[in-house]
Amino acid sequence: MTGKAEGSLLYLDDVSVSFDGFRAINRLSLVLEPGEMRAIIGPNGAGKTTMMDIITGKTRPDTGDVLFDGSVDLTRLDEATIANLGIGRKFQKPTVFESHTVEDNIALALKGRRGAFASLFHRRSVAEQGRIDALLSTIRLSDKRDLLAARLSHGQKQWLEIGMLLAQEPRLLLVDEPAAGMTDAETAETAILLKEIAKTQSVVVVEHDMTFVRALGVKVTVLHEGSVLAEGSLDAVSANPKVIEVYLGR
Amino acid sequence: MITSFLIDSLDRRGRVVVALLVALALLVPAGNLLVPQESAFHVSTYQLTLCGKYLTYALLALSVDLVWGYCGILSLGHGAFFALGGYAMGMYLMRQIGSRGVYADPVLPDFMVFLNWKELPWFWQGFDMAWYAFLMVALVPGVLAFLFGWLSFRSRVTGVYLSIITQALTYALLLAFFRNDMGFGGNNGLTDFKDILGFPIQEPGTRAALFSASALMLALGFVIASAVVRSKLGKVLIAIRDAESRTRFIGYRVERYKLFVWTLSAVMAGVAGALYVPQVGIINPSEFDPAASIEAVIWVAVGGRGTLVGPLIGAVAVNFGKTWFTGVLPEVWLYALGALFVVVTLFLPRGIVGLWETMVVGRPKPAKEIDEAGEKAGEAA
Amino acid sequence: MSFLRLLAILSVLAIGLQPAFAGRVDDAELSSRVTALGSGGFDEVEKAIADLAATGDDRVPAILDHLGEGELMARKADGAVFLAEKAGKDYRLTDPVTGADAGLTPKATVEKIRVNNRLRRAISSAVGALTLMSPDSAVRRAAAEAVMKSADVAAIPALDRAIAEETVADIRATMLAAKATALLASDASEAEKLDSIAAIADLGGRDALGFLSGYTSADGAVGEAARKAAAAIESRLMLWDVGQNLWYGLSLGSVLLLAAIGLAITFGVMGVINMAHGEMVMLGAYATFTVQEAIRTFWPGLFDYSLLIALPAAFLTAALAGILIERSIIRWLYGRPLETLLATWGVSLILQQAVRSIYGANNREVGNPSWMSGSFALGDIQITWTRLWIILFALAVFLALLAVLKRTRLGLEMRAVTQNRQMAAAVGIRTPLVDALTFGLGSGIAGLAGVALSQIDNVSPNLGRGYIIDSFMVVVFGGVGNLWGTLVGALTLGVANKVLEPYAGAVLGKIILLLAIILFIQKRPRGLFALKGRAVEA
Repeated sequence: MTGKAEGSLLYLDDVSVSFDGFRAINRLSLVLEPGEMRAIIGPNGAGKTTMMDIITGKTRPDTGDVLFDGSVDLTRLDEATIANLGIGRKFQKPTVFESHTVEDNIALALKGRRGAFASLFHRRSVAEQGRIDALLSTIRLSDKRDLLAARLSHGQKQWLEIGMLLAQEPRLLLVDEPAAGMTDAETAETAILLKEIAKTQSVVVVEHDMTFVRALGVKVTVLHEGSVLAEGSLDAVSANPKVIEVYLGR
Repeated sequence: MITSFLIDSLDRRGRVVVALLVALALLVPAGNLLVPQESAFHVSTYQLTLCGKYLTYALLALSVDLVWGYCGILSLGHGAFFALGGYAMGMYLMRQIGSRGVYADPVLPDFMVFLNWKELPWFWQGFDMAWYAFLMVALVPGVLAFLFGWLSFRSRVTGVYLSIITQALTYALLLAFFRNDMGFGGNNGLTDFKDILGFPIQEPGTRAALFSASALMLALGFVIASAVVRSKLGKVLIAIRDAESRTRFIGYRVERYKLFVWTLSAVMAGVAGALYVPQVGIINPSEFDPAASIEAVIWVAVGGRGTLVGPLIGAVAVNFGKTWFTGVLPEVWLYALGALFVVVTLFLPRGIVGLWETMVVGRPKPAKEIDEAGEKAGEAA
Repeated sequence: MSFLRLLAILSVLAIGLQPAFAGRVDDAELSSRVTALGSGGFDEVEKAIADLAATGDDRVPAILDHLGEGELMARKADGAVFLAEKAGKDYRLTDPVTGADAGLTPKATVEKIRVNNRLRRAISSAVGALTLMSPDSAVRRAAAEAVMKSADVAAIPALDRAIAEETVADIRATMLAAKATALLASDASEAEKLDSIAAIADLGGRDALGFLSGYTSADGAVGEAARKAAAAIESRLMLWDVGQNLWYGLSLGSVLLLAAIGLAITFGVMGVINMAHGEMVMLGAYATFTVQEAIRTFWPGLFDYSLLIALPAAFLTAALAGILIERSIIRWLYGRPLETLLATWGVSLILQQAVRSIYGANNREVGNPSWMSGSFALGDIQITWTRLWIILFALAVFLALLAVLKRTRLGLEMRAVTQNRQMAAAVGIRTPLVDALTFGLGSGIAGLAGVALSQIDNVSPNLGRGYIIDSFMVVVFGGVGNLWGTLVGALTLGVANKVLEPYAGAVLGKIILLLAIILFIQKRPRGLFALKGRAVEA
C-alpha cells in the first residue's frame, strides 16, 4: 500500500462513501505529486466537495485509503490535525470570521502553535507582524486591515480566505471554486495568484469556470458520480466522448 | 507576568468598571457601618445584602457570557455550577455551626442527626477547614464542567443539543439534591449558618465584608474574563462562535478551546455561588432549577452578550426589577420577565450595551471595534 | 387457631362480603332450630346440626363454632339455648341468633351442651360446607385462601368435599393447594407431600411462594421439590412483574409520545426549539377543563362525551396559540435557534402566569368519564382503563400524524421544507404558510396531549413544565426529523424509566436515565435515527 503511494503528496485509492444509500464517492482513485497543481471539474453532485471533505477529515470514507505524504493515513485524523499537517482548504462559500477584522483573520490563520494555553499567552512577534503585512499586501487588503471581515465584498472575502490559506503555509491547498462570484478581472487575477502559489506548493482547484481552468493550464481530472471519468490536459478531456456525454447529455 | 497580562488587557471601559467595583467595595460598607442612620447616604444592612446578592449574580452572568457571548455555547445549566459552589460553601458553614445546632451534635449537621445518621459521609470530610472548602468551591464545579465538556465537545455536541443536555444536567442534579439520601439536606438544603471564618455571619461587619468580597471577586472575574477574551485565545473563541468548522480547518482544536473557557466559566459560577450563600443564608435544591439557569441567560441578553460590561448591567437591572416587582406587583413579575425574554431577543439582540452604543455612538458598532480602539490607545500610552 | 375458629372468622368475613340479607332465614325459624341443639342425645344434636346447616344462613357457622368450643348452654327452665360467658360466679347469656343480651343467670340454671368427636366432625363439615361451599364465589375463594394460610390438618375433609363440588377453576386450585399445605404440615407420607408441593406449585402466586419457603430448607426429597417449585414460582412471578413494569412503561411512553410528538414536528421541520411547548399541553388541559365545566353546567347528560368534545376544542386552542406565537415572534428568529429558545421560554412564562391569573394557581379537577374509570386484570397485571385509552389515543394520534405527513398536500410541503427550504420556496411552496401551519399542527397535538394528561395528572399552570425536559429528551434521543425516532424514543424512555424504578427508586431511576441520555448524545450527537449526509450539516 505504501509502496504505490511512495513519492506522492496525496494518494486516494478505491475510496467510497455513501449517505443513506446514496453513493457520493464511488471507488475514487487519485494521485497528486508534490508541487503539482490539479484542476478538478465535474457536474453538480459529482462528489467534488465530498472528496475535499474526505481529504480534510470532515467525512470518513466507508472504504479505501487516503494517504498524505505517502504514508500518513488521513482517514484516522481529525480536521485540526490534518490542517496542522499542512493541508489547507478554501470553502466554496467564502467563510471568514465576520466579527474579526481582516488583520485578525490573517493573524488567526498564521502558522504557529495552536494550543489553547499557547494562544492565551500569545504575544504577536515582529516577525509575525511582518508576515501578516506581507500577506495583506499579497491579497490587496492592506488598506482594509482594520475593517470587520463582514464588511468586505464577496470577491474580497474570497481573497481574504485565500490569504488565510496562505498564512497557514500549507503544503497542499484545496481550493473550492475560488472564482465563484468574482468579476472577470478578479478571476484573472485569482488565476495568476494561484499559479504563483503553485510554484512552491501543491494545489487542487475545484472549479466550474472553464475559462478559469484554461487560464490555469494544468492537468485536469473530470469527476462524475463519485468516480474519475477522465484525466489529462483540458483539451484532451474536452475531446473525450464520455465527458461530452456527461456535460451535454445524450 | 500574570499581573501584567491581566492588567494590560483592560481597555478604558474595563478600567472604569474595575475602578467602580473597587469603589463600591469600599464605599457601600462605609455607608452601612460609618454613616449614621439618619443620613441620606446611609446604606441599610438589607440594602447592603441585596446589593451583595446582585453582585454575585453579576459574576454568574459574566460566566454565562464568557461561554455564550464569546464562544456561542448557550448553557441552560450554569445554575448548576453556581449551586455546586454554593453547596461547597454551605457545607463549610454547616460544619462551622458545630454543637450550636438544635441537636447539639458536635460534628453532624442537624439534618443528619434527624435522619439518624451516625457518622459524617466521606464527602463531608474536610469541609470544616476553610482552605479545603474554598478549594472545593472552585474544584467541584470545575471538575464537573471539565468532564461534561470533555465528553460533549469531543463528540461535537453543539447548538440547541448542547443547550438541552446542559438543561438535563442541572435537572438531574435538581432531582438528586432533593433526595435526602444524597446527604445535602434534601428539600430544605443547608441553612441556619452561624459563623464564617470565625466571624458571626449576621453581624453588620461580616455582612459588609462579604459585600466587599463579592465586589472585589467580581472585579477579579472581570479582569480575568477581559484578559481571556482579548487574548489570541479569545479571538479563537469568537472565531469558533462565528464559524466553528472553519476554525477547525485552520488547525485549531475547537474542543480544547471550548473546554478551557467552559471550565473557567464554571469555576467563576461556582465562586459566585459560594459568595451568594453566606449572604442569603441558605442554599437549597431550587438553585438547580432549570428556570433559574435560563433566567441567568436573560440577564446576559438584557445587558448585551459578547460584551463584558453587559452581563453586569443586565444582572443588576433585571434583579433590581425582580425585587421591585415582587415587592409591589408580584403577579406582574412573570409577565414582565416573559416579555423581557421576547422583547430582548426580538428587538435588542445586543442588549442595553448595544442600545447605548447605537444611541450614543450613533451607529451600531460591534464591541470588537471599540475594544480594538482601546487596545490601540493602550499601546500608544 | 383451631380450624373451627378460623371458619368462624371466615363466616364473619363472609357476612361482610355479602349483601345484608343474602342467605338468611328469619330469626324465629333460626332460633327454633338453635333450640333443637339443646335437647336429646348426641344423635338428636347431630340431626339438629344438620338442620341448622341446611338453612344456609350465614350466622350458622359462628353459632356452630360456639357449639364446638362448648360455649353454648341450654337454660334448664325452658330449654332455650344461649351463648354463655362466665361472669364471676354467674353466666352472662346472649341470644346466639340476634346477639341480644339475655341477662345474668346463676351457674345452676343452665346446662352446657356437650359435644363429642363425632359431633365436632359434624360441626366442622357443616361450617366448611357453609363457607367453602358458599354459593358466593368470593366467599369460597376467601375461605380457601384463609385455609391455605392456616395449613390446618382438620380442614382436609371439608376441603375434599368442597373440591369435589367446586366448578371455578382457580378456586378449585386454591382449595387443592390449601389441602396440600395442610397435608405438608401433617405427618403424611413423603409421596403425598411431594404431590402436595406439586399442587401448591401449580397454584403459583405470592402465597404459595411464602408457604413453600417454609420447606425449602427441609431435607430430602420434600425440600428438594420445594426448592425447585419455589424457584419456578419466583421466576414466573418475576415474569409477571416484568410484564407489569412493561405495561407501566408503555403507559408512560405513550404520555411522553403525546407530549413530544408535536415538539418533534416543530423542531424537525423548522429547527425551532419551542420552550413553550409544555404550555401548549397545559392550554389543552385547561381547554378540557373549561369544556367539561360547561358540560357539567349546561348539559350534564353529555358528561361521558365531554372528553370527545374537548378534543377539537383543545386542538384548536393550542393550535391557534401556536400560530399566533409563530407569526408574532418565532418567524423573526428563523436561523437563530438559541434566540428562539429564549423567546419561547419568555412566552411560556407569560402563558403560565396568564392561566394562573384566569383560573387560579390551584389544581383543577377534570373528571373521568365512566367508560374510562376502573381497571381490569390481565393475569397478574392490573390495567386501568384510563391508561389503556391513553396508549390507544397516543398511537392513534401518531398514526394520524403519519398519515397527514405522508398523504396530504400539507405533509408533502412540510417534508419539502424540512429537506430543503430554499428549494421548496423556489418551486412555489409558500414556506411562511407552511411554517405557520406546521407550528399550529405541532402545538395542536400538544393540546391533544393536554386532554389525555388531564386524566392522569394535576391540571395546574405548571403542568407543562413537568413534561418539557422529558419531551426534549425523547426528541433528542430519537433523532430529529423522524417521527419513528420519536415513537421509539418515547417508548424506550418510558419503559426504561419504569424498569429502572423498582431497583433504583423513582427519582434515582430518572436521574440515571437523564445521565444515560447525556452520555448517549455524546455517542450519537444527532440521536437514534439521525439523518446523515451533507444536507444536515449545512
